[in-house]
Amino acid sequence: MTATAPAPRTRPAAVPTPRPAPRRRRGSVGGTALTVLTWAIALVFVSPALWMVLTAFKTEGIAQTDPPTLLFQPTLDQFRNVVGADFMPYVGNSLIATLASTALVLVLGTPAAYALSIRPVKRTKDVLFFFISTKMLPLVAVVVPIYVAAAEVGMLDNIWTLVVLYTAMNLPIAVWMLRSFFLEVPAGVVEAAQMEGASLPRVLWSVMLPIMAPGVAATALICMIFSWNEFFFAVNLTASQAATVPVYLVGFITSEGLYWAQLAAAATLASLPIVVIGWMAQRQLVRGLSMGAVK
Amino acid sequence: MPRTKGRPGRFAALGALGAAVSLVSGCAGAGGVAAGGDGTTLVVAIVSNPQMEDAISLRSDFEEEYPGIDLRFVTLPENEARAKITTSIATGGGEFDAVMISNYETRMWAENGWLENLQPHIDATEGYDAGDFLQPIRESLSYRGDMYSVPFYGESSFLAYRKDLFDQAGLEMPADPTWAEVADLAAELHDPESGTAGICLRGLPGWGEVLAPFNSMLNTFGGRWYDQQWNAQLTSPEFRRTAEFYVNLVREHGQPGAANSGFGDCLTRYSQGNTAMFYDATAMVSTVEDPDSSKVAGKSGYAPAPVSETDYGGWLYTWSLAIPETSEHKDEAWRFLSWMTDKEYTEKVAEEYGWERVPPGNRISTFENPQYQDVASAYAEPMREGIADADPKDPGMRPVPYTGVQFLAIPEFQDLGTRVSQQLSAAVAGQISVDEALEQSQQYAQSVGDSYKETR
Repeated sequence: MTATAPAPRTRPAAVPTPRPAPRRRRGSVGGTALTVLTWAIALVFVSPALWMVLTAFKTEGIAQTDPPTLLFQPTLDQFRNVVGADFMPYVGNSLIATLASTALVLVLGTPAAYALSIRPVKRTKDVLFFFISTKMLPLVAVVVPIYVAAAEVGMLDNIWTLVVLYTAMNLPIAVWMLRSFFLEVPAGVVEAAQMEGASLPRVLWSVMLPIMAPGVAATALICMIFSWNEFFFAVNLTASQAATVPVYLVGFITSEGLYWAQLAAAATLASLPIVVIGWMAQRQLVRGLSMGAVK
Repeated sequence: MPRTKGRPGRFAALGALGAAVSLVSGCAGAGGVAAGGDGTTLVVAIVSNPQMEDAISLRSDFEEEYPGIDLRFVTLPENEARAKITTSIATGGGEFDAVMISNYETRMWAENGWLENLQPHIDATEGYDAGDFLQPIRESLSYRGDMYSVPFYGESSFLAYRKDLFDQAGLEMPADPTWAEVADLAAELHDPESGTAGICLRGLPGWGEVLAPFNSMLNTFGGRWYDQQWNAQLTSPEFRRTAEFYVNLVREHGQPGAANSGFGDCLTRYSQGNTAMFYDATAMVSTVEDPDSSKVAGKSGYAPAPVSETDYGGWLYTWSLAIPETSEHKDEAWRFLSWMTDKEYTEKVAEEYGWERVPPGNRISTFENPQYQDVASAYAEPMREGIADADPKDPGMRPVPYTGVQFLAIPEFQDLGTRVSQQLSAAVAGQISVDEALEQSQQYAQSVGDSYKETR
């Protein structure tokens, strides 16, 4: 996404419209160069994903050619292999882990963010720093204690262990994001509602949330992306019952033999839900993210 | 998404989310979404190599034979599988009833009491011919005379070469090549302009990557990691000579970007016809000789692992199956282990997928099977010799305090080997000199050696 940030306002002049002022034309030449550069950079960044999608439709033999084959008879065989091999339980686990943890994060994070923005408590800054400091510890440092603790209470290979961990993992970010969105809500609107006698839940629900909706959507999406793609906890804490899609995905990586096409198909399928959700929430996302960024 | 108009919309959205969660979680058991059976469920952790995938796809055969046993597989790539299985076994996590390990772990873990002794099971199973396992493989999986894991397939290393390129250049591969001869051949065949490297040798860091071919070369050059008093020998003349030879060979006549290529990359290059020779694991044949994924199928000759001072240069590795001490279903797990490593399994694979896909290198009977000899005529003999000649107890020319051919069977080796391999890889990349790499490596190795001096 950042690759497209320096895009100029001028569109890549597809329809040559006469431009009278010479000053503008000079600007447009520079603009075109910038546009070309932007496209080039964007292409570089997108090419691994393109390669993945393209490879997913190849046979194994074609997938390994060097240089890569661009024209070929596409096949759905790889997708069939991937979906055929017990794919659905993994999708189910990923859905539970993602949706449940995101819902929990929103339920727990919204009041916290409200308290830290609209009704600041003592030492708000310290509290905020404490939240974010929990993200500073590398996950690898805590995985063994978590593993041993989970084994002790019989929660290994249990999807709710992942739900708890993902909630904890995403909560600090969500609180920070939601807080910046609460700060966006004009104080006057809130006061007006209170003057009208609206209760706190009502103010939250009917006044603040509609204004913040893009922000909440952006927060939820970020949480979903992180949970859906999380691999480290998933691979270490699950076995046969609660394994998620990323764990299923790496099963296609092999140290003996070449199965790039199949791996690419599995990776494409695994990234599809996030891409679809992201695409659907595009408008909210851009508004939400830029809303937070202004502060 | 359109903007929601007032309450009902938002409630609907929230309701949908809630419904989705409860729908998915509703059909989940206590642990997750996998379906359960009535009988015993065996959880098997397995490495995602092609032969193991074949075993997984033949699971119905096992489940028909033992209707009360339900199999669940956890399939991970080598490194992830090793890390996960090690964590689970060492902390007594108890998720698995059967695990895939190798001759690196078996003896250490047996000594720690982490694995079920399989010998009583083997002795009680009629027709399970453990004497049919190749001797070095069987021994490398035994502790105090008892087997603690059973081999699924075994491998050594050998030298694959392109017969067509050799013919074109008027060259011939000696029956038992030396490393010096291989270096000369590589120089002749090295042709970067047409995109052909003389030889592909691993340069990727990792104790199981660059160190595997390197250590097998070290053994035949007369080098060793430690003397019998655990003094590190990484700056000894033999070690230095090996390192210089290896680094020079791959830098001068090896593949481009060698510091980043491991087994997988070399395998791709060789099967795509981009290198004339390839010294690596015998397991390469399942890809190299598969016309679907290889452009050079049928064009390769195979020579025994090159030597220098010794008569044999190959390594010894085996993927094997063990039962963790924590398993509550040891008898059922043994049924699965014996099914997957039995002679009948080999025939089952041959029937379903053909003889070229049977797991090789574990049983003598496979090598002696005429149908296998038929499809594997190019490589069966050098593979068998490589395995049969490997001696983990006495891998090189001089005595060592450890066992293992291309690795040292000590727990510290995963870490030490990876550090040393990073130094070697940096030398392959040309970032540091061989001397610098060895000086640093010697320090790492000595600190491990010192801990053994103190305890022994």
